[in-house]
Amino acid sequence: MRNHLFAFIAGLLMSIGITYSQMIDPIKVKAFLDVLGNWDPTLLVVMVSALITYGIGFALIRKRTKPVFAPKFHLPEKRDVDRPLVVGSVLFGAGWGLVGYCPGPAMAALLAGSLGTLGFVAAMLLGFVLAGKFPLPAGTK
Amino acid sequence: METTFTPVSAAIGGVFIGLGGLLLYLFLGRIAGISGIIAGAMGQREGRGWRLAFIIGLLVGPSVVLWFDPTFHFNSPLLSVTVIIAGLLVGLGTRWGSGCTSGHGVCGVSRMSTRSIVATVLFVGVGILVASLINAGVAYA
Repeated sequence: MRNHLFAFIAGLLMSIGITYSQMIDPIKVKAFLDVLGNWDPTLLVVMVSALITYGIGFALIRKRTKPVFAPKFHLPEKRDVDRPLVVGSVLFGAGWGLVGYCPGPAMAALLAGSLGTLGFVAAMLLGFVLAGKFPLPAGTK
Repeated sequence: METTFTPVSAAIGGVFIGLGGLLLYLFLGRIAGISGIIAGAMGQREGRGWRLAFIIGLLVGPSVVLWFDPTFHFNSPLLSVTVIIAGLLVGLGTRWGSGCTSGHGVCGVSRMSTRSIVATVLFVGVGILVASLINAGVAYA
């Protein structure tokens, strides 16, 4: 149960950050990505601030042998840059650039958002399912 | 689409995003990759509880910001074919690419993971390319 409580607080904190920083607003995100237009570096500040916060905390937590409520830390095991990573990240970037939504902000905006937000999230969830059913072959580059 | 540079709220929001991610790692030993957590809640029974709790936190976040500041406003896209295509690209891409802005961009880059650095450079690069060169014709409310 305490696992659930802390996971809820973690999601809540991230969502408050996504909202308050305006990363939840796809116009704001597109104003960052559209470097040829009226470039707005706000999102860069969000990313750098989150990186510094997480980086410092992660370095401190690293000294621990296990998490507070779990038997071990779960870190990604893959090390090599393979084809699914490259192809997937390119497709993700294209979708992000088209509308200005990545998964976190789209999900956070769901309750207060528009029919467009709902459509985006529904299509994204379908994408999750399809990618799970049809994994890309991992030919290492 | 003109926006104003808002570095202070961006920096504060970034700290919240970083803290949420740290909480999940410190207490549950999990990397706060939002696309992975949502896909995991859909696809596997094991660990569904904490993932759903995290997602509920994500959904509630904007309400908390609006409660503190009732004047807070953010835009959302109107429903269109482009929005659906973008959602599908983001869903497929983040699963094939094993992560999105949170898991790769914040957590992975902080940990100096080569895969995450490559993924982040790719999705930010392609995002900039698509947003700058293609006027996707998405309307926002």
